[in-house]
Amino acid sequence: MQFFSDIVNPSAGTWIVLTGAATNVACAMVGCFLVLRRMSMMGDALSHAVLPGLVVAFLLSGSISIVPLFLGAAAVGLLTTFLTQTLHQYARVPSDASMGVVFTSMFAFGVVLVKKYVAGLHFDIACVYEGSLELVPFAEPIAGLPRPLFTTLLVLLANLVLLIFLWKELKLSSFDANLATTMGFSATALHYLLMTMVAVTTVASFEAVGSILVVAMLIVPAATAHLLCDRLSIMLALSAAVGIAASVLGYWAAIYWDTNIAGMMTVAVGMLYGLAVMFSPRYGICSTLVSNLQMSLRVFREDLLAMLYRVEELDASKPLTAAEARKALGSGWQSRWAMANLFRAGHIDRRGDQLQLTDRGRDDARRLVRSHRLWETYLVEHLGMPLDHVHEPAHRIEHFIDEKMLQELDAELKRKGQDPHGREIPE
Amino acid sequence: MTELPILLGLALSHKVMFGTALLGSMAGIVGSFAVLRGRSLVGDMLAHSALPGIGLAFLILGSRSMLGLSVGALASGLLAIGAVTVIARWTRTKEDAAIGIVLSTFFGAGVVLLSIVQKPGIAGNKAGLDSYLFGEPGNMLTGDLVILSGVGAAVLLVVALLFKEFKLVCFDIDFAQSQGWPTLMLDLLMMASLAVVTIVGLPIVGVILMAAMIILPAATARFWTNRLHLMLLLAAGFGLAAGPLGTYFGKGLPAGASIVLAGASFFVISVLLAPQRGVLAQVLAEYQLRKRMTREHLLRSLYELSESNLPELTKLSLKSVRDYRHWVSLEKLLEQEVEKGTILRDAEHVQLTPLGLRRASELTKAHRLWEMYLVQFANIAPDHVDRDADAIEHLLPEALLLELEQKLADEGRLPYLVAEVPLSPHDLGSGTQDSQR
Repeated sequence: MQFFSDIVNPSAGTWIVLTGAATNVACAMVGCFLVLRRMSMMGDALSHAVLPGLVVAFLLSGSISIVPLFLGAAAVGLLTTFLTQTLHQYARVPSDASMGVVFTSMFAFGVVLVKKYVAGLHFDIACVYEGSLELVPFAEPIAGLPRPLFTTLLVLLANLVLLIFLWKELKLSSFDANLATTMGFSATALHYLLMTMVAVTTVASFEAVGSILVVAMLIVPAATAHLLCDRLSIMLALSAAVGIAASVLGYWAAIYWDTNIAGMMTVAVGMLYGLAVMFSPRYGICSTLVSNLQMSLRVFREDLLAMLYRVEELDASKPLTAAEARKALGSGWQSRWAMANLFRAGHIDRRGDQLQLTDRGRDDARRLVRSHRLWETYLVEHLGMPLDHVHEPAHRIEHFIDEKMLQELDAELKRKGQDPHGREIPE
Repeated sequence: MTELPILLGLALSHKVMFGTALLGSMAGIVGSFAVLRGRSLVGDMLAHSALPGIGLAFLILGSRSMLGLSVGALASGLLAIGAVTVIARWTRTKEDAAIGIVLSTFFGAGVVLLSIVQKPGIAGNKAGLDSYLFGEPGNMLTGDLVILSGVGAAVLLVVALLFKEFKLVCFDIDFAQSQGWPTLMLDLLMMASLAVVTIVGLPIVGVILMAAMIILPAATARFWTNRLHLMLLLAAGFGLAAGPLGTYFGKGLPAGASIVLAGASFFVISVLLAPQRGVLAQVLAEYQLRKRMTREHLLRSLYELSESNLPELTKLSLKSVRDYRHWVSLEKLLEQEVEKGTILRDAEHVQLTPLGLRRASELTKAHRLWEMYLVQFANIAPDHVDRDADAIEHLLPEALLLELEQKLADEGRLPYLVAEVPLSPHDLGSGTQDSQR
C-alpha cells in the first residue's frame, strides 16, 4: 500500500472528504431501510456478490465506464436477491444461511473470473476491499468533478429521487409489509427495487471507498440514527449527518496517523455509533442504566415507607430500628442510598436507633399501602385469586398505581373499608 | 515455526490437500451448529473481525507466526462476539445490524492497523499478512498442519463430549434452560469452537471464503437428513471433499475460491436432488398430490351425481359429468380410472363400479366431515364451506375423521356404505369396543 502524505494540501483533501461524504450519504439513504427491515446483512452480502457482475460487465464492455458497471451491478443485485429468497422460500434454507451461501459462492466465482480473465488488468481485489480514496483527486475529471465523486453523486441523486417518489410505499412496506401488500403495493417488488439500489450504490462506491466502507456506511449511520430518533424522515437526515461527520473525522484522523482513509472513516463511524450506544438520550446504555437505577431506588424508598407504615399500624409504640429495616430491605448500597434519600427529603426521622415516619412520609406511605390493599382486594374479588397468592403481585404493582387508577379501583370496589386480610384500607 | 516438509514426507500439493480437507471437515462440524442456531453469518463476522487482532499481534510480536497471530485473531474475534451480544441485548439495534456494525467497524480498524504495520520502517517479515485477507493455501507449513490437526481433535472432543447438550441447545434452547442446563455457557462454547476453527482457517482460505466454508457444508448436509449426528457426519464429509476437489480442479486458480466453488457445487446438487427437501423431490411430490386431488374430485363428483339412486349404480351421461365441475383433462382422467377398475364407461356414459363406489363414498365422507367441521367449529357459513373443504379434504388426519364421523352419523347424513363395515369374524378382546362401531 502506498501513502500520500503529500496530499494534505486542502483541495485534494476536500475532494476526498467530499467523495467520502457523498458515498456515505448515498449509502445511508438506502441503509436506513435495510436496518429497519432487519436485512442489514444484505448490504454485506450484496457488496460481495456484485463482484462477478462487475467482472462480466467489464469483460463484455471492455472498459470500466459507468453504465455497464451499473447494469452489471443491478443484474447481480436482482439475481442475488432472487436466489436468496428462492432458497429460503422453496428449499427451506434458513434465511441467513441462504444469504451466506449465495454471496460467498458468488464472490468466489468472481474471484475466479478475475484471476482467469482480468488478471494484470486494472482490477485488484485488495482495492475492492480497501478502496483508493487517496487517489480520488487524481482521477480523470467528469464535469469538473473527479470521476468517483461524480459517480457517487449520480447514485445519491438516484436514491433521493427514489425516496421522494416512493416515500410512503417504502415507509409502509418497511414497517408493515403485510399491510402494504393488503393495500395493494407489492412489498416484493419494493424489496427487489431496494436491493437493486443497494447493489448499484455499492458498486458506485467501490472504486473510491472499497467494500468495507460501503458495508459500514450502509448499516452504521442508519443504526446510529435509529438509536437517536423515532421518525423515519429524521432518521434519514440524522444518518446522512452521521455519514458526513464520519467522512470528515475519518479523513482528519487518517491524515493525522498517516493511514488508510477508508478504514479510518469506518472506524470513525463505528466510534459515532459507540457514542450513540452509550449516550443516546432515550435508547442509550447510560440513560437506561440511570433510569433503571432511579426506578430501583424509588422501589426501595417506597418499600421502606410502606414497611414503616405497617409497623406503626401494628403497634405504634414499637418502631422499627434502622438495623431491622436494613435487614429487611437488603444491605446493598442501593438500599442505603434510598434510606439516605428519605432522610434528606424529610420523609423519615431517626430517633436514637429507631426510624419514624414524618407527617409527609406518612402521607406517602398511606397512599402506597392503600394502593397495595386495594389491589389485593381487586385480585380477590374480581379475579378470584386465593388469599395467600395476592400479596406478591400487589407488592410489585403498588409502585405503579397512579391517582386515576386508584380512583377507578375505589369505584370498582365500592369504597371497601377493608382488604381481604381484614386490614383497614387507609383513606 | 520452522518448515519441516520432510518430517511428514509430504509434497506441498499433498500438504495443501490434507490441510484443506482437515479444515473443511472441521468447518462442516462447527458450521452445522451455527446454521442450526441461526448464526450462519457469525462465521463471516468472526472472519472479518479477526483482522485487528492479527494486526496488533503482528505489531507486538514482529513476526508472522501462525500461533501468535491466531491468538490475536481469536482475542479480537471473541471481543466482536461480546460486542454483538451486548449491542443486541442492551440497545435498540437488532442482531443483524449489530453483526454488520461489528463486522465492518472491526474490519475497518484492521485495515487501518495493517496499513500502519506495513509501513516501511517497521521491522519484521510482513509477507503472509495479506494471506489473512485472501487466503494462501500454498503458504501452509507443516507446523500449521500440526496446529490444524490439534484444533480439529479438540473440536471433535468437545462435540463428542457435549453432543447431547449441543443438540438440545440447537433445537430447543428454552427447554434446555428450563431443565437447568447452563445454556449460556454451552452457547458460548459452541461459538468459541466456531471462532477457533474460523481463525485457524483464515490464512488458508481468506476472510470471505472462510465464511463460506462454515455455511456451505452445513447447509448442504441439512438437505439430506433430519438427524443431527448424520448432519454432522455429512457436513464433515462435504467439507472434507471440497478441499481436495477444489485444489485439484482449480489448478492455476485462487485455491480458496475454487474450494468454495467445489462446496457450492455440492450445495447446488443437493438443492436439486436431495430426497425430501430437494427441489426435484418437492416438484414431484406436488405433481403427485395434484394428480391425486383431481382423481379424488372425479370420484366424489361421480358419487354425488349418482347419490339419489343409491344403492343402485346409475349410468351417468358424460355431459352431466362434464358440466358438474371444471375439469382440465377429463378424458385422460377417465381412462386412468377405467384402468384402475373404479369406473365403467362407453362412448356416452360412465358408471361407478362397486369398488369405485367404495372409494368414492370414503372420499365424500371426508369432504362432508370437513364441511361439518368448518360449519360447527370455524363458524363458516354453509354456502361457503364447499370450496374450503375441497382444498383441504385430501390432507385430513384419520383421527379427526373418526371423531367427526360420529357427529355426521347422528345427523343421518353419513354417506351410504361407510357405516357398513362388517364385524370382525374373530374376537377382538376388550378395549377395542370402539373399533366395532
